[in-house]
Amino acid sequence: MWIDPSRPVERALVTHGHADHARSGHKAVWATPETLAIMALRYGTETGTPMPYGDGFEAGGVKISFHPAGHVLGSAQILLEYAGERVIVTGDYKRRFDSTCAAFEPVPCDVLITEATFGLPVFTHPPIEDEIAKLLAAREANVDGCILIGAYALGKAQRVIAELRRAGYDAPIYIHGAMQKMCDLYAAHNVPLGELILATGLAKAEMKGGIVIAPPSAMNDRWAQRLPDPITAMASGWMRVRQRARQRNVELPLVISDHADWNELTDTLLELRPSETWITHGRTDALGRWCELHQLKARALDLVGREEEDEG
Amino acid sequence: MQAFAALIDGLIYTRSRDHKVRLIAEYLRDTPDPDRGWALAALAGTLRIATVKSAAIRAMAEERFDPMLFRMSRDYVGDTAETVALMWPDVSTDAMAPTVAEVIDLLNTTSRARAPNVLAELMDRLDANGRYALLKLATGGMRVGISARLAKTAFGQAFGVSVDDIEEVWHALRPPYAELFAWGEGKSERPDPADSAFFRPFMLAHPLEDGSVDLEDFAAEWKWDGIRIQIASTGGETRLFSRGGDEVTAAFPEIAAAFNGIGVVDGELLVRGEVQGGEAASFNALQQRLGRKNVTAAIQAEYPVFVRLYDILFDGAEDLRSQPWSARRERLECFAASLDTVRFDLSAIIEARDFDHLAEIRAAARAAAIEGVMLKRRDAPYLAGRKVGLWYKWKREPLVADCVMMYAQRGSGKRSSFYSDYTFGCWTPDGTLLPVGKAYSGFSDAELKWLDRFVRDNTVARFGPVREVEKSLVLEVAFDAVHESKRHKSGIAMRFPRISRLRRDKPAEEADSIANLRAMIG
Ligand SMILES: [Zn+2]
Ligand SMILES: [Zn+2]
Repeated sequence: MWIDPSRPVERALVTHGHADHARSGHKAVWATPETLAIMALRYGTETGTPMPYGDGFEAGGVKISFHPAGHVLGSAQILLEYAGERVIVTGDYKRRFDSTCAAFEPVPCDVLITEATFGLPVFTHPPIEDEIAKLLAAREANVDGCILIGAYALGKAQRVIAELRRAGYDAPIYIHGAMQKMCDLYAAHNVPLGELILATGLAKAEMKGGIVIAPPSAMNDRWAQRLPDPITAMASGWMRVRQRARQRNVELPLVISDHADWNELTDTLLELRPSETWITHGRTDALGRWCELHQLKARALDLVGREEEDEG
Repeated sequence: MQAFAALIDGLIYTRSRDHKVRLIAEYLRDTPDPDRGWALAALAGTLRIATVKSAAIRAMAEERFDPMLFRMSRDYVGDTAETVALMWPDVSTDAMAPTVAEVIDLLNTTSRARAPNVLAELMDRLDANGRYALLKLATGGMRVGISARLAKTAFGQAFGVSVDDIEEVWHALRPPYAELFAWGEGKSERPDPADSAFFRPFMLAHPLEDGSVDLEDFAAEWKWDGIRIQIASTGGETRLFSRGGDEVTAAFPEIAAAFNGIGVVDGELLVRGEVQGGEAASFNALQQRLGRKNVTAAIQAEYPVFVRLYDILFDGAEDLRSQPWSARRERLECFAASLDTVRFDLSAIIEARDFDHLAEIRAAARAAAIEGVMLKRRDAPYLAGRKVGLWYKWKREPLVADCVMMYAQRGSGKRSSFYSDYTFGCWTPDGTLLPVGKAYSGFSDAELKWLDRFVRDNTVARFGPVREVEKSLVLEVAFDAVHESKRHKSGIAMRFPRISRLRRDKPAEEADSIANLRAMIG
């Protein structure tokens, strides 16, 4: 039995629907109902055993259960219990407020297998309200053009939309075709996103003064040439570093992340105080060093097939 | 400080020049004195804080952070100041953020030994963006892509005054420029600089496209390929300024020392070359003198500089700028007669019967330092900037070569979704292409669209933002000169390359060879 395997296997436990965690082609899958719905949307015919939060099953003497990770809709931590020892695999997680998914639940454990995407002390995500305010101010100052936000189609896009709604922005939001089905799926799971309009095929003038959301890959694409004087924004934790934003030609960096920042990572370790911590993808070296400085037993777990950078 | 920090970040991320100017103008209008004056100085590069060096910032970091975590972070971020700004803990949200003036004041009145402590106390009162702006302000390198000229343009836009009027007095004023802002806001007259040696803006020329001029009305002289320079002297003090008004006295001390006139003159700084028999050498030779911190006696002897005089703006205290060129020329000849001939000479007037004759003379000119011909209206006053119909530069015919597109990169601003920067190469004898230059202008919007599609459809590899393309498209490239370059694998580099034509008809194998280009080295 594998967790988030990068190759097709007989039996897979899947923490959440991002492509680097949920691959297609497994024989049997256990995941939350939301994650299964996302996999079905992406890969077509996938089926599996739904595991609502708190539910579990037993396999070979190991009790396996799913708990909210606060990362994206349906994201879960996986708890493995065997002979009184408890191992938590966090998957991707965050501790910040997110109205589009269930909040992270700290689960007491002996061994914590944690992610470390933003495992460098330079990564501290500012309050999302500040970033949304920055976005709305930029829109206000550019009513003759539009704001084009690069955001991943699963999770980030819906969270940005939901936060805009929470801040009182009720105009239609224009979306790239690649996000429509995922937005519909969120709406079907009781995450209201307000009025969304497909940007493809619209005249430039119709989008003046508007907010457009597209996957990052479409931002510098010919697709963007159809937009009225766009200011390019990007919603990602990587935007914390100026050079990273500039490299991607971003004019309005929005530091909005669905991953734990440095403080969330270290605070979670201090809160759970596992007797052992394994650090997986991201900056395993820096978080490992922090554990060493805080007398926490830790080691880096280098995973196969995880060379690429996380969605941020 | 928060407003200044927001400005800095806005400038970092904004690629359009106009938008940058607008951001600065808004800041200058909305911010009180003296903060805006210090900010203007920081942007224009006239602010100096002697107590803080970047070593102090590293020391401050090493004292507070685990060295290993700091090093990992620094390696990732790539900039020490930004790393420290991001790692620094948010101490207190209700602390009063310092003003820019308070920061400058505290840092300027402390000692170098105490500076890290003063800086740390200021850091505690700021958020991450504020801390970044603070560290950049303290070390002097804002690195936001703003020239002094652009900062002044923004000032002009903010207060509806002309940049020429600002330029006229700018170099006599010091930060935080209170008198300049008072004038901008209409509260006082333009500052009147006392008797000091300062920069007056240059008069510039338009290119002579395809037209001709009547030599009855226009005088012709050579356009020299050196550095345009202005010498201002009060007798007691002599200073040298480059095109943008940056002071370059320290780089050419022998010129300042030899200048024994009082007034302001305009000329071209050149190097005497041995191969040229003591005449002016190419721009390449002058480059050996540029960007040197230490101008040793050996360097001065190896690359002897002199100034070829074009014009005179002030003779003593007398402002000659409103007089016609012909009258100024007479005054210049008198003025130059008493200068040291080793360091100063006059730019000669070209005697031509008519325009066709001038064209012949121009075509026959082969001297390394000649860039073309200048045409100056005989009755024109000396006016700041580029005015229509008064001065023309008539460059030598550009050289052209057929090159093959090798790599492309996206442009900036409005062009950020187009592949608009192209690297092109020429053939070696064994049939490989080596890059010889890079160009991002010379084509029409329709051609840009076509080129963008070509790049996207013919990409063979990607390296970060760069795309390598199928080596099949021939570009006709125009350039002013070609010279030896150790920095390029091809051994040559072009001066001012631009795309002159798309040669879609020409097979790539028939593009020029490196040897062909080499033969054009002048
Ligand atoms: Zn994820
Ligand atoms: Zn992930």
